[in-house]
Amino acid sequence: MTAFIERRPFWSFIILVAAALLVWAIFAPWPSGLTGLIGKKKVFLSALFNGVTLGALYFLVASGFTLIFGLMKNVNLAHGSLYMLGGYIGYEVADFTGWWILSFIAAFVVVGALGIILQYVVFRRMEGEDLKQTLVTIGISIVLADLMLWVWGGDFYQILAPDWLSGPITLPLVTAVKSSGQVVFLKYPIVRIVILIASIAIGILMWLALNKTRIGMLIRAGVDDREILSATGVRIQRVFMLVFAFGAGLAGVAGVVGGTFQSIAPGEDTRFLLASLVVVIVGGMGSIPGAALGAVVIGMAEQFGSVYFPTYSVVLTFLIMVLVLAFRPQGLIASGR
Amino acid sequence: MTDWDLRRIPSAYWVVGALLLMMPAISSNFILFSIFGWALILGMIALSLMFLGGYGGMVSLVQMTVAGVAGYMTAILGDSAIDAISLGWVWWLAVPVAILIAMVFGTLSGALAVRTEGIYTIMITLAIATAFFYFARQNYVVFNGFSGFNQILAPEAFGVNWRNPVAFYYLALFFAGLAYFAVLYVSRSPFGLALQGIRDNPRRMAALGFNVTAHRIAAYTFASLIAAVAGVLLVWQTSSISPGAISVGPAIDILIIAVVGGLRHPVGPFIGAIIFVLLRTFALDALVAVGLAGERFQLLIGIGFLVIVFWSSDGVLGLWQRWRDRAGRTDPLTGQQKDAG
Repeated sequence: MTAFIERRPFWSFIILVAAALLVWAIFAPWPSGLTGLIGKKKVFLSALFNGVTLGALYFLVASGFTLIFGLMKNVNLAHGSLYMLGGYIGYEVADFTGWWILSFIAAFVVVGALGIILQYVVFRRMEGEDLKQTLVTIGISIVLADLMLWVWGGDFYQILAPDWLSGPITLPLVTAVKSSGQVVFLKYPIVRIVILIASIAIGILMWLALNKTRIGMLIRAGVDDREILSATGVRIQRVFMLVFAFGAGLAGVAGVVGGTFQSIAPGEDTRFLLASLVVVIVGGMGSIPGAALGAVVIGMAEQFGSVYFPTYSVVLTFLIMVLVLAFRPQGLIASGR
Repeated sequence: MTDWDLRRIPSAYWVVGALLLMMPAISSNFILFSIFGWALILGMIALSLMFLGGYGGMVSLVQMTVAGVAGYMTAILGDSAIDAISLGWVWWLAVPVAILIAMVFGTLSGALAVRTEGIYTIMITLAIATAFFYFARQNYVVFNGFSGFNQILAPEAFGVNWRNPVAFYYLALFFAGLAYFAVLYVSRSPFGLALQGIRDNPRRMAALGFNVTAHRIAAYTFASLIAAVAGVLLVWQTSSISPGAISVGPAIDILIIAVVGGLRHPVGPFIGAIIFVLLRTFALDALVAVGLAGERFQLLIGIGFLVIVFWSSDGVLGLWQRWRDRAGRTDPLTGQQKDAG
């Protein structure tokens, strides 16, 4: 942190000022001039919160993708299909048992198992063959998409959150002060807050697991140099399978999350595949903090874009990607290799 | 190139060429227009991918989008049923400008994509293609949003009505042939050889003084020209363009066509395209005939594609090569395959 400030004093200053402005915009009641300029504070705050929660969802999808890519250099373009499959399985389990929590476990286990099969049957046979992996996973995603269309049809599915999670919660953030002096607070769906907290928890757990445990050490060593790691006697194929299962399972969990606060329908697989691609390109391939940063940036860009310039929100996302590619091709937080 | 000798042309060219030229005599208008016309156009778009992938080592998923930009521009600058947007220029002005704009788009996409390598190229071109798809779908001012444009008709020019199936077939055949020979010619030109050198070892080529980035971007420009011409033809063939025509599905279809045909030789994309078009047109009936649901067509394509890429990464051309190697032991000098797998 201090090293960064010493190296880049100018950018650190800009970032600090921007952060301070953001904190002020979130907590202070807005003067009327500002409201006239960019609209109500309520709109701004809900765009901000929606952006962060959408970012949390993107992070769940993209972190599995980036983990798999970072360790094994496996390009899994069927990742979006894994997400969608998780959503459908979560819906079935939640619908059948009535337990929302159970659907997460089911989605994680089933999609994770599919990940193990993918790694064992497909990727193990074509290590280092980028193009072949891409083509084969595209084929798999076409087949999976059509199978899912066969089973679940073209309808929209939404997973219902349990009662204790439904409804809004009042946050201690002032959106406006009425002329009578009454203070209006921001109301926000509680389920989104829970999802956000859970994603942050998963992110921290992942960071801890990667940096503080033995298996995390093996994974990091594998990212650096997997030939040497396997030469030291580590059964690297098992590590690979574990990571693939975890990454795929995470995509499945993300599917349940997406199915809860958005919906699951054909076409979502491509959407989330694209989102993970953009997130990891912006954040930096193979880096978990990069995925987190990229996810928040893209989630915010989408939400603010859809609020302030609705027609061109996609273009804003794309523009961010272009700028990152033009000035930092390795991503905002490069894994350093 | 002065010793131009008809005897040097392989006999296969004579046979295929004669067959293609005589096709209107032996087939119906539907087959000419909807099967061969479509296959030749898709083949051209896939050919542009084959040029980038096979000679440049850059697998670009943006080719369908380049064709789509050309198609959109033909609709916007020329005539369509959407009078409010279409400018109604004459075809000899609208079409070249459309192709030029598509080439600029393709070159810019290429300039972005060449900053990356291998798998990143695929991801970035896929991202560009999808971004343009969403943009065209959301923008109503220029691209007319979800519904796109219809009634974009091929013009009447030089006394020929190019909407006529036979005329359109020859038009498509002419440009497909032109593109095929152009790719073949460029691949043997100094530029093409340098490009193949860059594909095999970019660092060595850079050390030899070649500008690697410029060669790659130029390759994108050339490929964009082919894709753009095909895009104009495609919009005349279907007489409409909408975001659905440039979504991720069609972009990946182009990749499937090129890979199934084979990335090794420019004839591959056309073989892939004819297989794809035949499947797409008749698989539905065939599936129903054997008692399966017709909607499972996509599954059939997916599984077929999986089988081909799993067993032979060189597609049909690779299978043919392998079969010839196995059968043709009489020719030990050239029959040996150098880089199997």
